[in-house]
Amino acid sequence: MAQVRVTVDGVNYADDVEPRTLLVHYLREQLGKTGTLVGCDTSNCGACTVHLNGQSVKSCSVLAVQADGAEVTTIEGIARDGKLHPVQEAFNEFHALQCGYCTPGMIMQAIDLLGDNPDPDEHEVREGIEGNLCRCTGYQNIVRAVQGAAQKMKPGATADAPATASVAGGGS
Amino acid sequence: MTTTADPTTLEIGKARTRKEDARLITGRTKYTDSITPHGTLHISVVRSPLAHATITGVDKSAAEQAPGVIGVYTAADLGVEAVGLPCAWPITPDQKAPQRPLLAVKTVHFAGEGVAVVVARTVAEARDAADLVEIDYDPLEPVLDMEAAIAPGATLVHPELETNESATWVFDAGAAGTGGSVDEAIAAAEADADSVVVKRRFIQQRLIPAFMEPRSAVCDPSGEQITLWAATQVPHILRTMTTVTLGVPESKLRVIAPDVGGGFGGKIGVLPEEMLTVVLAQKLGKPIKWTETRSESLLAAHHGRDQIQDITITAKKDGTVTGLDVHLLADMGAYLGLVGPGVPILGAFMFNAIYKFPAYKFTCTNVFTTKTLTDAYRGAGRPEATFAVERIMDELAVELGRDPMELRQQNWIKHEEFPFTTVVGLTYDTGNYEQATDQAMETFDYAGLRREQEERRKNNDPVQLGIGISTFTEMCGLAPSRVLGSLAYGAGGWEAASIRMLATGKVEVITGASAHGQGHETAFSQIVADQLGVPFEDVEILHGDTQISPKGLDTYGSRSLVVGGIAIVKAAEKVIAKAKKLAAHLLEASEDDIEFSGGQFTVRGTDKGKAIQELAFAAFMAHDYPEDMEPSLDSDAVFDPENFSYPHGTHLAAIEIDTETGHVDLRKYVCVDDIGTVINPLIVEGQVHGGLAQGIAQALFEEANYDDQGTLVNGTFVDYTLPSAADLPNFDTATVSTPATSNPLGVKGVGEAGTIASTPAIVNGVIDALRHLGVTNVEMPCTSQRVWRAIQDAKGNATQETPIATHSPGAGLGSIDPNNPQGETE
Amino acid sequence: MIPSKFDYVKPASVADAITALVQGGDDAKILAGGQSLIPVLRLRLAAPSVIIDLGGIAELRGIREDGDHIVIGAMTPYHDIIRDDLVKEHVALLAQATATVADNQVRHRGTLGGSLAHADPAGDLGAVALALEAELVIASATGNRTVTAKDFFVDYFTTAIGEGEILTEIRFPKFTGWGSHYEKFNRTAQAWSMCAVAVAVKVSGGTISEARVGLTNMGTTPIRATGVEAALVGQPASADAIRAAAEHATEGTAAPSDADAAADYREHLAKVLTGRAVLAAAG
Repeated sequence: MAQVRVTVDGVNYADDVEPRTLLVHYLREQLGKTGTLVGCDTSNCGACTVHLNGQSVKSCSVLAVQADGAEVTTIEGIARDGKLHPVQEAFNEFHALQCGYCTPGMIMQAIDLLGDNPDPDEHEVREGIEGNLCRCTGYQNIVRAVQGAAQKMKPGATADAPATASVAGGGS
Repeated sequence: MTTTADPTTLEIGKARTRKEDARLITGRTKYTDSITPHGTLHISVVRSPLAHATITGVDKSAAEQAPGVIGVYTAADLGVEAVGLPCAWPITPDQKAPQRPLLAVKTVHFAGEGVAVVVARTVAEARDAADLVEIDYDPLEPVLDMEAAIAPGATLVHPELETNESATWVFDAGAAGTGGSVDEAIAAAEADADSVVVKRRFIQQRLIPAFMEPRSAVCDPSGEQITLWAATQVPHILRTMTTVTLGVPESKLRVIAPDVGGGFGGKIGVLPEEMLTVVLAQKLGKPIKWTETRSESLLAAHHGRDQIQDITITAKKDGTVTGLDVHLLADMGAYLGLVGPGVPILGAFMFNAIYKFPAYKFTCTNVFTTKTLTDAYRGAGRPEATFAVERIMDELAVELGRDPMELRQQNWIKHEEFPFTTVVGLTYDTGNYEQATDQAMETFDYAGLRREQEERRKNNDPVQLGIGISTFTEMCGLAPSRVLGSLAYGAGGWEAASIRMLATGKVEVITGASAHGQGHETAFSQIVADQLGVPFEDVEILHGDTQISPKGLDTYGSRSLVVGGIAIVKAAEKVIAKAKKLAAHLLEASEDDIEFSGGQFTVRGTDKGKAIQELAFAAFMAHDYPEDMEPSLDSDAVFDPENFSYPHGTHLAAIEIDTETGHVDLRKYVCVDDIGTVINPLIVEGQVHGGLAQGIAQALFEEANYDDQGTLVNGTFVDYTLPSAADLPNFDTATVSTPATSNPLGVKGVGEAGTIASTPAIVNGVIDALRHLGVTNVEMPCTSQRVWRAIQDAKGNATQETPIATHSPGAGLGSIDPNNPQGETE
Repeated sequence: MIPSKFDYVKPASVADAITALVQGGDDAKILAGGQSLIPVLRLRLAAPSVIIDLGGIAELRGIREDGDHIVIGAMTPYHDIIRDDLVKEHVALLAQATATVADNQVRHRGTLGGSLAHADPAGDLGAVALALEAELVIASATGNRTVTAKDFFVDYFTTAIGEGEILTEIRFPKFTGWGSHYEKFNRTAQAWSMCAVAVAVKVSGGTISEARVGLTNMGTTPIRATGVEAALVGQPASADAIRAAAEHATEGTAAPSDADAAADYREHLAKVLTGRAVLAAAG
């Protein structure tokens, strides 16, 4: 067993883990962070994407012990004070999800992408999320959502952005 | 402009964002693998690495001693050697169906078949112990090629069946009296100098549904009802079939499909692993959980397509089609899946498509091989049919020197000819192929692109342009139960719904359809809001749990809206009838004088009225209600459709081909679909986009490849190449509407349209780009290598064979072959 | 899937890492970025008994200028290389090729040293290191040695790194002012290179004065296309001259055959892509 001390979604944890434990399994099984999902075993699908010290990573290709001392943000930690992250809002608004299984990873990668490139064109979004597979949407609405979120997140855009409450859906 | 205020705005047609998103975008929901009751034990299935072999020994001793292992079991250990998984579709009375065991008994019939199962405290311990189970095999000859499999002297997959042919199913329009004899049509065309006969062979490669959520099941035996959570499209069918398979009384079973991460037909089965969780949970008295890995999923979850199609079309030289003959070989894999044998048969009625073929015959032979079994995959039979007919129409156009769209126009059913009974005897209620086509061609700039194509050809441009056409229809809304009965299908095609009017005015709607991404909660809420005149937000859609929704036939075949949605309408009509009676009583009026509109029951010619919510409360209180009614507005309905619905559309693809490398680039894609009434345009657009991506992926990217030993060689997501966002363009999609007359909403279904239509549009475009170079065919997927070879062949340059049976260095884990890991990692 | 059990050590210095490596013997495996290794462990294609994580050694990470060289620590992630001003100015080809590796998430974790030491012939960066005559610094208990890229790549997944040795840094000569291009051809955006060509050229007065060409996935190691280089030098940077030179691209290759590309198609691609890469680099 090895010890891992890690901050996940703002909470400090100290746990003993088997060295072979993948970060995603640690998050899901030991911390109950089941919002982060596993879709493959070769680091292709990106469903498990989380932020590790502020950068997107595939948590199935990081050992939990490698995250020792790090800060991890998952899909469960991006809404603040009951308000959804603009990327979450945009995924709802642009119908960027169907079954929802790729969605947590897709949203986490989109947030990372917008951190690097706050105003990506269509091509840049497509390249930026190439490590996340979706089988339902054909990606078009995901691309729209990421670009839509970029507009919401522009400095000064917050005043115009709808001050949506924490519950998505049901809007026309 | 309306000058009087409408009390309500209709919900149907509104682009509502989805209700179900809130729990999905926050990570709050729980898919099956996130459900772990306390004390859960985990299983790992030990799978055969060989396609065909006799099991000569199973040594469990090391595994049984491994830490955390509760037990290691073969079929014999569990007493389930005689148990067989169900096939619900005996397509012929003499169909050959082998027993499909929960775990292989004496012989393994495909690589990936389970032989033993380990139960352990954790997933990791189960997996560690699985590696310690020693199984000895005597290899047998694999059976891989369908034509060889049905040739005399072939190795038999199941010797006890004495053949590799499961069944041959024939539909002959001449014999059925729905059309002419195709044999006569071909003979006549061959004898007629003014006719042509065009024959082609098309290959429908094997695909893997590849839903994003791996399959998973959790069985908890602790209550009076055994609870089975499963990542399934078919919780109701799974419950009934668990009873059929294991003998557990249906009333002792509760099946829950929580949020399910995609299915596309791939989660329509009854799985050996699901049954193992039930058997083991009963045996051990503990919750048992199984979640497959992605590589297990690609290997062992059912595959789709895999047909050899021999197509003959006859036509007059003026372009009028006179006959269509279809011969299929369909690969069942090693066993028959739940509806696997019927999948090609669903295509039987769609090869004639939108065209007025006077003569038609369909013959399909289902064949056993030592590969993973095949079953439904998005479109199930209809994409295969649409591909063949749309490809052969292009070939006919070339033969006759005609524009391919013009030839289609000449032969399709004109809008004024609806309703039209086709050569297979189906009656298409509505459609307008001209309207969809005109709009699509205008958006696409068909004429402009044809001019550009001409220029590029003339200039010998290294990048050539092709235009691909697909004018498709499909039969949706599976299905009229009597039709299913005539096809010997083992169930009906109805759907159930219930509406509960709660005391506080909220509405619970229970549907037997079970969504896994389609947006039922939103679309059904819109329907109910309009039907009952209640706010959209006040409607709750409940589904996917047999305790809540006891009756249903689940979700597949574009049926949820067309059948399940109509069941809800029927239940709403009953609610309104009850409410009207109660309103008349409370308002002291005659029931005949009560009018219902926008949620208000009013007495004609007065301002007296009651809102539906008030009536729900009155029914709850039950202080005052008519003698001849029960104090409840709640209602149930079961809807059995009388006909299929027939969405159609025109799909156009502009394909650029780099003739130097063979690279195919989809430059532009336009489609106009007629799906009848649109309930929610946002959801419809999403369904079309996703369907297109899957159909395009068949044309360009995906194929399950086996080597000569019957091993799946691209069994991970690194080499079973699903397209990413960077591999696809934006699609230009639109809808037109000729409402269906077969149901009160006028809906037709949209779940499969994109997938069915797009594959031939792409391949026709690829070949159109190369036709002037002498290329006549490129097999799917149209990879750069295949395209390059087709160009070289057309030039007369000899090239190597395209090896599909080799693992791809550089496309797998880099160059590491999972089947033969000789590589080192530093 | 879950890897087999292993022990884990995270040394804080190269010396400690070497000690751990020597102690671990044949069963020890170095963990750099882990983006190839961890999937391989998950599929249980490898089951080392000890994993030595280099992630705790600060000295292995970073990019610096050292006279005529740009020196990149073996544990420097792709993400940092792509964005580094020194790399962009002096070793632009490396930045261009690195930007095509896998996807964003993988580029956050994967490292240059890990990629080169893994020595997958389909990996993109070997051809760059070879073409640009990078030097690889390898540390052991007895000190450091430097190996040229030419000598570093030995065979399929095999490098000059010996037992008890660790790749610590990669030294690239400066190619300031050279034109460069990495032309990658793959089945899908996410897939590994079916074939790719790394090119740096120096063009003076419309004439190619120097050229470096490396090929990805055309043999058991990355391959230097010396025939193309020789044919380019002294030629005008014109399409015709470049295409003629590119015909030499298959010299010395041993293209593999697989489902994506049989050898003849790969050879054809190598020529076409070489022409395109040189044109782009010279343009």
